[in-house]
Amino acid sequence: MQTRLTEDELAVQDAFRTFFANESPSTVVREAERTGGFSTELWAGLATIGGTGMALPGAVGGGDATLCDLAVVADVYGAHLAPVPLIEHAVAARLLATIGGHDELVGELANGTPLATIALRPPVDGIARFVPAGAVADVVLAHVGDGIVLDRSAPSGETLPNTGGLALAHRRLTDDVISVDHAAWNHALDEWRGLTAAAYVGLGRRVIEMGVEYSRERVQFGVPIGTFQALQQGYADASTRIEGAHLLAHRAVWALETRQPDASRLAGMALLFAAEAARFATDRSMQYHGGYGFSEEYDVQLYHRRATAWILQLGDPSLEYARLADGEFGPAVDGRMA
Amino acid sequence: MDFSFPPEAEAFRSEVRDFLATNLTEEMIEATHDGTMHIPALHRAMAERGWLSGPVPAALGGGGRSALESVILNEEMQLARAPIDAMGVTVIVAAILLEHGDDHLKQHVVPRLLDGSSLACFGYSEPEFGSDVAAAKTRAERDGDEWLINGAKMWTTMAHIADYVLLLTRTDPDVPKHKGLSFFLVPLNTPGIEIQPVPTMAIERSNATFYDDVRLGDEWRVGDVNGGWSVMKTALKYERGIAGGQFLSPPVIDAAVDWAQNHTRPDGTKPIEDPTVREKLIRALIDVEVCRGFAYHCADLANQGVMFGVEGSMTKLFASESYKRHCRDFHDMMGAEGLLTHESADAHLGGRIEENLRHSPVTTIYGGTSEINRNVVAEGHLGMPRAR
Ligand SMILES: Cc1cc2nc3c(=O)[nH]c(=O)nc-3n(C[C@H](O)[C@H](O)[C@H](O)COP(=O)(O)OP(=O)(O)OC[C@H]3O[C@@H](n4cnc5c(N)ncnc54)[C@H](O)[C@@H]3O)c2cc1C
Repeated sequence: MQTRLTEDELAVQDAFRTFFANESPSTVVREAERTGGFSTELWAGLATIGGTGMALPGAVGGGDATLCDLAVVADVYGAHLAPVPLIEHAVAARLLATIGGHDELVGELANGTPLATIALRPPVDGIARFVPAGAVADVVLAHVGDGIVLDRSAPSGETLPNTGGLALAHRRLTDDVISVDHAAWNHALDEWRGLTAAAYVGLGRRVIEMGVEYSRERVQFGVPIGTFQALQQGYADASTRIEGAHLLAHRAVWALETRQPDASRLAGMALLFAAEAARFATDRSMQYHGGYGFSEEYDVQLYHRRATAWILQLGDPSLEYARLADGEFGPAVDGRMA
Repeated sequence: MDFSFPPEAEAFRSEVRDFLATNLTEEMIEATHDGTMHIPALHRAMAERGWLSGPVPAALGGGGRSALESVILNEEMQLARAPIDAMGVTVIVAAILLEHGDDHLKQHVVPRLLDGSSLACFGYSEPEFGSDVAAAKTRAERDGDEWLINGAKMWTTMAHIADYVLLLTRTDPDVPKHKGLSFFLVPLNTPGIEIQPVPTMAIERSNATFYDDVRLGDEWRVGDVNGGWSVMKTALKYERGIAGGQFLSPPVIDAAVDWAQNHTRPDGTKPIEDPTVREKLIRALIDVEVCRGFAYHCADLANQGVMFGVEGSMTKLFASESYKRHCRDFHDMMGAEGLLTHESADAHLGGRIEENLRHSPVTTIYGGTSEINRNVVAEGHLGMPRAR
């Protein structure tokens, strides 16, 4: 047992922290939002430092890093709201590597071009709706009833205007099934859940940190607002939930990596808990920024909108609870027990 | 990161499970309905296996089990609904004596605490001081070679069955409050001590204890004169981090699932078919996994010799607040039938959910209130200014 980061993981964290702090300041996030939710320069930079292929097999040009390492990066990425599909690309490429037979493409994906994503929800009538990074992805993996499809049609570049400033787009997909490994698909979705949970932790920690910094500077009634216990209690609650989410997200990712029997259950739980914790944290931080937090100028609103948006890409969270309930208590069919 | 348990910890978990399956009976749990959250036979059986001394470091003469194994023991006992209150306090007191006590206490008292023949309780809180425990005013004054103790303690839980109380006293009233405190281990049969029961809204009882010219030799002092606050820190570290309380919810959730699957509502459906019930159950199970994360994290820190003040506060805060929520949610789910207490033959599973509902409010109060633990997180983790 080692619940804290290892030396190696800390080194990974350090490297990516520096990268995202330099390359993804809020000016970049804001600029990307104006241009469809994606930063070409940031993606290129990420590819240069090996961030696009780090958790792919070395044999095809990847960095052989673990999913746990990737979770550490996802956390830092979340903290900076980096406008690139780091998680979706990694999950799609890893899935393709698992399926096998696409070594050349996986090798290219390791270098960041083409850019890949996964459709989190099954296509209906050949159209996958609200595909993360769908506006810019050159490769889309999706799950249709029969199996996994690989689509290489060109992205439109047109983003659906959305709450989170994400590069969402609907995509018309091929129906050429490349694999019937449904378990591999489910595992990929669980990787997305676990990694997104880790990103939510980074987002939540950062939004609390920003709020605490602001509470030192802002003076009301002659004292810094951080001396008010109401703020302290709210931030302490938020921080406790975020640290709880951190431990759960990491346990889930470790469980996926080591193929524990409860891995899928933990990944689903981690996403729901981390999303809610981060949304609570952004709510508190916005509240304790007062009116300025609501203004466009302050970054807390960027965090607030992304905290809302990330999980909704998957659908209504209550459907995720329902899915976990089916696994736990047996399926409810038409509201009745099967 | 690595969340696997070492094989010996896994083996210990199955040993504990087997032990509880044979040694803990429904009758024993039922007997705690007299208000005393302690099962002597179970306590002795655990002592025989050396499990009480388990968490105490080997260097200090304890069993030297890893903190992971202590948390496993706590987890399995709570899942099996075994009361851990008296056991937990006794073990913590033993650990404190080993860390801060002198030879007399180590040689004459600790072995008795760890072999199951004696119990200890905490005497920190007073009628006037709870959260502000460092303001305690129960007086200990030197009288020749001896100490003379006068004052009153409130909430001295288990004092009526315990042999010793770990007493927080004021030895110097003229210095800042944290600097004038000293601890004593007071045998409860010392003349001048009176114990009065304090009933509560739940099943458990507590006590008020009174100290009137209680005479004590210096060999009963724990830690330095006026060094009581550092002893207190050791005590709180053990209490909030690994002493228990992280796994109160699972038996309540088990009972809720049982109800949801077996009860039929007036419209002919079962609660388990209701999506809102399913979501509440999943939310509760998620909270339990979060508690596990916290508990294992604290244990891992303890194993590595890292002080875990903030993490202990987060654990206690999250576990107790979520437990309270679970009790309310599932008690609500049962409607009027949830109101039946264990005294009613018709109560579901012996009134387990109702009993927990009535117990749950105290868990966010004792052992440091939620507000105090949030203060610890705000100051210790977030670096916010001291607000009191
Ligand atoms: C059933 C039971 C068993 C107990 N067992 C023991 C035991 O065995 N041994 C023992 O020593 N004690 C025991 N206690 C006492 C327990 O530790 C105290 O009740 C607890 O510390 C709170 O103190 P208080 O009750 O005096 O409340 P107070 O300290 O008076 O608090 C009242 C309210 O004010 C809030 N408050 C106080 N200070 C602050 C602050 N700085 N910031 C924000 N809010 C604040 C509190 O959070 C609370 O909501 C027990 C209590 C109960 C109810």
